[in-house]
Amino acid sequence: MKLVQSSLQQVVAVAGVAMLVALPNLANAQQRVVPAQSEIAFVSKQFGVPVGGKFKKFDAEVTFDPKKVEAAKVNFNVDLLSADIGNSETEAELKKPGWFNSQKMPQANFTSTAVKAIGGGKFEFSGKLSIKGISQNVVVPVTLTQSAGVTRAVGSFTLKRLDFKIGDGEWNDVSLVANEVVVNIKLALTGVPPL
Amino acid sequence: MSPRYDRVAILFHWLMAVMITASFAVGLYMVSLTMSPTRIKLYNWHKWAGVTILTLAAARLLWRLKHTPPPLPPTMPKWQTSAANVAHVMLYILFFAVPLTGWAYSSAAGFPIVWFGWIPLPDFVPKDRELAEFLKPWHWMAAYALAAVVALHILAVVKHLLMDDDNLMSRMLPNMTGDKK
Repeated sequence: MKLVQSSLQQVVAVAGVAMLVALPNLANAQQRVVPAQSEIAFVSKQFGVPVGGKFKKFDAEVTFDPKKVEAAKVNFNVDLLSADIGNSETEAELKKPGWFNSQKMPQANFTSTAVKAIGGGKFEFSGKLSIKGISQNVVVPVTLTQSAGVTRAVGSFTLKRLDFKIGDGEWNDVSLVANEVVVNIKLALTGVPPL
Repeated sequence: MSPRYDRVAILFHWLMAVMITASFAVGLYMVSLTMSPTRIKLYNWHKWAGVTILTLAAARLLWRLKHTPPPLPPTMPKWQTSAANVAHVMLYILFFAVPLTGWAYSSAAGFPIVWFGWIPLPDFVPKDRELAEFLKPWHWMAAYALAAVVALHILAVVKHLLMDDDNLMSRMLPNMTGDKK
């Protein structure tokens, strides 16, 4: 009995030590987004007029080591209900089924499928962008810079709103509301290993 | 016959008369609509017209400063000539105030103006939700003030036509006979 107890203690001790060793690695594996210093903005053209806004709520799970990009993973969620256009009428319109249908489908998601380093702190994040239950492959070029332990990721890509049935029906006239929507991403991340 | 306004002044007058009337009517109609492609088109046309009116107002003011209008008939009582002068100063102030408040409101609401969908105009106020709410009634009030002064202006024309019989309106009518002034 004493022998059993002792070996049990040993197992617990070994497990404990193993966890202590493993924890820093776990902490390294997950990078954190600093929301206050991050921004997801978008702009499209309405009759030639640039109209855009920001998403106030988003979160991301990022596993990223610039030296091991093949293991990188990004899972990004944006709360479409949090769109801030600066104009209540347009925001109310955007929530409607023809646009984001965000009361029913509030989440837009980007899940990376492959990350490629192209040098000079530049990376290409390929993945699936899902909005309104429609998934499309997108490639997001991102430039990383690091200072004082914070990694800033700046990227931009253009999506076609009609590919996601955003602005369906009476709004599908792209001469009135352009099909192209430019999404501008600025993220501040902590815990990213050096470039 | 009393001396006439010059041709350029007459052109400015009628061009702006038509554009202001149309913009005011479109403005009244468009705000009654719920969000739709038609509404967005009307808003943009209204803004293009507004900026055009602002440009015409600036050109007209410069013209007016160099070209003194014909004097009012000496038969008019002093208070009437004073009232006419005040009304015309008000019109010129509002030619600027209405488009400028509209432009500022549009910028604050996050819709910069692209004139004729072609020339992007600068925002002279920042995009700001509260500022937009503050500016909205000022554009509205300026537009109604302009409509009120225009109404007075037309009433005065009718009075001169029917009561004074001094043919004052002919000074601003295009010269249909082709005679030199």
